[in-house]
Amino acid sequence: MSDERIRTVRVTLDGQTIEAAASATVLDVALANGVFIPHLCHHPDLRPAGACRLCFVDVDGRMVTACNAPVVEGATIRTNTDAVKTTVRGAVELLLVNHHRGAVDCEEGDACELRKIARFIGIDEVRLARFRRPEPAPPVDTSNPFFEYDPGICVLCGICVRTCDEVVGVSAIDFVRRGVHTTIGSAPGAKWMDSDCVSCGECVVRCPTGSLSMRDSEVPEREVRTTCTYCGCGCGIHLGVTGGRIVSARGVRENPSNEGRLCVKGRFGYGFVNAPDRLKKPLIRRDGVLVEASWDEALDLVAAKFTEHRGDAFAAIASAKLTNEENYVLQKFVRAVQGTNNVDHCARLCHSPTVAGLVQSLGSGAMTGTTKDLGDSRCILAIGTNTTAAHPIVALQVVRAVHQGGKLIVINPREVDLARHADLVLRNRAGSDVALLMGMMRVIVDEGLHDPAYIAARCDGFDEFRESLARFDAATVEELTGVPFAQVAAAARMYATNGPASILYAMGITQHTHGTDNVLAVSNLALLTGNVGRTSGGVNPLRGQSNVQGACDMGALPNVFPGYQRVDRPEVREKFERAWGARLDDMPGLTHLEILGGVTGGRIRAIYLVGENPALSEADANHARHAMEEVDFLVVQDIFLTESAEYADVVLPAATFAEKDGTFTNTERRVQRVRRAIDPVGDSRTDLWITSEIARRMGAAGFDHASAADVMDEIASLTPIYGGVTHERIEGSGIQWPCPDSSHAGTRTLHTERFPTASGRARFFALAYRAPDEEPDAEFPLVLTTERSLYHYHTSTMTRRVPGLEQLRGEELVEMHPRDAAALRVSSGDQVRVTSRRGEVVARALVTEVSPPGTISMTFHFHEAPTNVLTNAAFDPVAKIPETKVCAVRVEAVR
Amino acid sequence: MEATELRPVLDTFERRPDVLISLLQAVQARLGYLPPEAIDAVARHARVPRSRVYGVASFYSQFRFNPVGRQRVAVCRGTACHVSGARLILEEAERTLGIHEGETTADREYSLETVACIGCCGLSPCLSVNGEVSAKLTPKKVRKQFRTVKKGAPE
Repeated sequence: MSDERIRTVRVTLDGQTIEAAASATVLDVALANGVFIPHLCHHPDLRPAGACRLCFVDVDGRMVTACNAPVVEGATIRTNTDAVKTTVRGAVELLLVNHHRGAVDCEEGDACELRKIARFIGIDEVRLARFRRPEPAPPVDTSNPFFEYDPGICVLCGICVRTCDEVVGVSAIDFVRRGVHTTIGSAPGAKWMDSDCVSCGECVVRCPTGSLSMRDSEVPEREVRTTCTYCGCGCGIHLGVTGGRIVSARGVRENPSNEGRLCVKGRFGYGFVNAPDRLKKPLIRRDGVLVEASWDEALDLVAAKFTEHRGDAFAAIASAKLTNEENYVLQKFVRAVQGTNNVDHCARLCHSPTVAGLVQSLGSGAMTGTTKDLGDSRCILAIGTNTTAAHPIVALQVVRAVHQGGKLIVINPREVDLARHADLVLRNRAGSDVALLMGMMRVIVDEGLHDPAYIAARCDGFDEFRESLARFDAATVEELTGVPFAQVAAAARMYATNGPASILYAMGITQHTHGTDNVLAVSNLALLTGNVGRTSGGVNPLRGQSNVQGACDMGALPNVFPGYQRVDRPEVREKFERAWGARLDDMPGLTHLEILGGVTGGRIRAIYLVGENPALSEADANHARHAMEEVDFLVVQDIFLTESAEYADVVLPAATFAEKDGTFTNTERRVQRVRRAIDPVGDSRTDLWITSEIARRMGAAGFDHASAADVMDEIASLTPIYGGVTHERIEGSGIQWPCPDSSHAGTRTLHTERFPTASGRARFFALAYRAPDEEPDAEFPLVLTTERSLYHYHTSTMTRRVPGLEQLRGEELVEMHPRDAAALRVSSGDQVRVTSRRGEVVARALVTEVSPPGTISMTFHFHEAPTNVLTNAAFDPVAKIPETKVCAVRVEAVR
Repeated sequence: MEATELRPVLDTFERRPDVLISLLQAVQARLGYLPPEAIDAVARHARVPRSRVYGVASFYSQFRFNPVGRQRVAVCRGTACHVSGARLILEEAERTLGIHEGETTADREYSLETVACIGCCGLSPCLSVNGEVSAKLTPKKVRKQFRTVKKGAPE
């Protein structure tokens, strides 16, 4: 009868015989069979607590709490004996009288589970009124901009405390002052905002009584399921709409990437869509000033100028914020209409070494695994990633892995928040990752912890690689990395002996002049231990933007057509020439930095800049600003008048993610729907419409798609990895590429059997250490590394238009170690001037041991303190990514 | 207080959650109490959430979140003292010193705490000041013993 894996038991529930999974609790079984048992502290995402004492039932004559009682074969469960009823009634009454507000003065109404339970049992709240606590309710804590805590209606079920601990891993809150005056908080007398709270709101959505509740919440008229526009986690969200406004957001529980969870930006960061200063009309520069114009005027002007600048004098910068369909059409426009491969986008500045490196070693430059599977890793090595800040929903899986007993190794110069959960924390010198990883690999090989069978069966180049390890002896590694070798060896052993092991990495690995080497070191390590191709193992580059994976997949890169099909391969080019009806250039185009750099020599005359803000995001930003000023014709297509748009000749107002249909591909290669929730604001238009319209006005054919779904069909017909992707098929939970045809279900784990290389095998790479381009010296004695804040997104064009996010983090902070601060006689809050060979910036200091001695860090979110005027545009020779993670600076107090 | 002041204390402990209580004891031994900065430093060092450090520290009466006064006043709440009016003695001490139990006067002269039993029930009700017992108290005796401290914000 019963399967080995799903063992079942038979129980009697209120006289009914029921078959249930042996792993279920009494409460699960009752609820699943339509028998209501009152409960307040139970939540399906959390481990049973048995704290609220409402779910008492009688099991074989014993009174037990149903939420943490497993069902046992033959048990007789009764939910309605007199003893049970009396006990539960007593418990509910005690909760009610301990409550400061009663039925009459509580505003929560039916949102309150306690109210529902009281009604279910039939309790006369008015009769209880005289037992109610006499003292006034403690004040409501309104310190958080997005939600508030009312201790007066809190029943201390602990769901919020456990959510913060078990789901989010932040543990900002706990029970404070245990006893009659217990409340939820971080410390006696402290406000919510004094805590480590990250404002994700996960506790708020689980609160059963409304004690934790959203501020400014509005019940929407309707909801539209779509994909979040912020980072590459690719969370499913329901956008709530009233009239033409977005008024709420909540997670989609059915979405496999986030399972309903959201971070502060995803849940509260949608306000920019309806910000009053959205671009609503095209602008044309007349006599030096941008003035409003009609779409016809603007588009005709752009079409005429672009016609003038056909060929290699033209370049487009696409956007990882656009949908796949829009990026596809944009690169098609550049290649088929403008006749050049000069198209690139911000992936150049973040993960180009991943694409360049992993394609060489593994055959595919994307995350090999799936977000959800990370939580089942036995070991996670997080190197060069501040996951909780930059990929908050991926970080939840890291926390889940740790809670399940998995090991966590954090390697980062800064003591990032994830270090709190780590078994080992290695704080290496910025830019020494190759030495550190090679040191680890040498220990693994020396101690025979590698996987020779896997290497022999699936990899090439091992011998040469093995020889290159000789250079990384203990003393060398220690000297280069600044990490005691014992720690390096401990990390090596932990990683090699706990499988499946996943490596997570992000900008800390890629944004170096040796970024590609770093990526190859990472893939060497994963191959060495046989972890590539295993579920919950592998190499997992965390992609930064909502659709940066998709923008790369769509060929918004100078050397490849959609699906990484190289422009210099004749058979590929012929296929696209046939499909697009145009002659195509066989020379790879210019990269991001080369496009802006090309302006100075007159090589680039016109730039079509879509959804990007190089004035803040480009390394050596002053140089980028200069290029945008210099170029003959600059078109900026964006949702706001960004710092870069101020240099434009024509500004085209684009629609946000909430105003268009299409798809995003998230970091785990999952192609998901973006759906129009509202009409484009003002006279703004979707990027798909704008680019197609420019092409049409230039007389080009092939830009008459009826819809985004239509574009996806064209993509699928030309892009093998998207071959089976249609809007219809990804309606539910999306599809992870590669998905070659319409019968293919998509790919959860890459490389399980063969690698997509010519030989079908992966390749090891012999590596040598290379120092960062700019190292500290007497004149510039400190290292500056760039980072991100959880509360802002890139150049914060969107997030700084959300007042709550601005309240949580409103300015740039120069983080520095107490030792450096003492030497400069600087305290937290003091203004400091940071100077590099390229520029200077003034911001406040934050003294913290999160920064290692000798290294300061800044974000690049704030236009008032544009960090990238300091950074170094020296780039990786292969991937052409600038070294934004290391440059030499000097800091002085501003008195 | 900068975290560097605690560095020598912190560095004698491994960076693991299970050192928490010993670490809190060592930090308090050095500073006399646990200011918020020390809690932060301990949380970071032991890799324990701040809220958990407070949760643990506030559970044990040995940990103090306020500095102790030069004169540590401990009012006995043992059974014998209780039945002979310890509650009135505590209330009078609070009134006279202008602080609540667990607090310290702004001038750091007095801090007030209660203890379960001083161990001299024959002298009840009693309190001790820096370990020296005052016996057979009345509210009047309490008033006389302590100069009336001006009510101020407790440190």
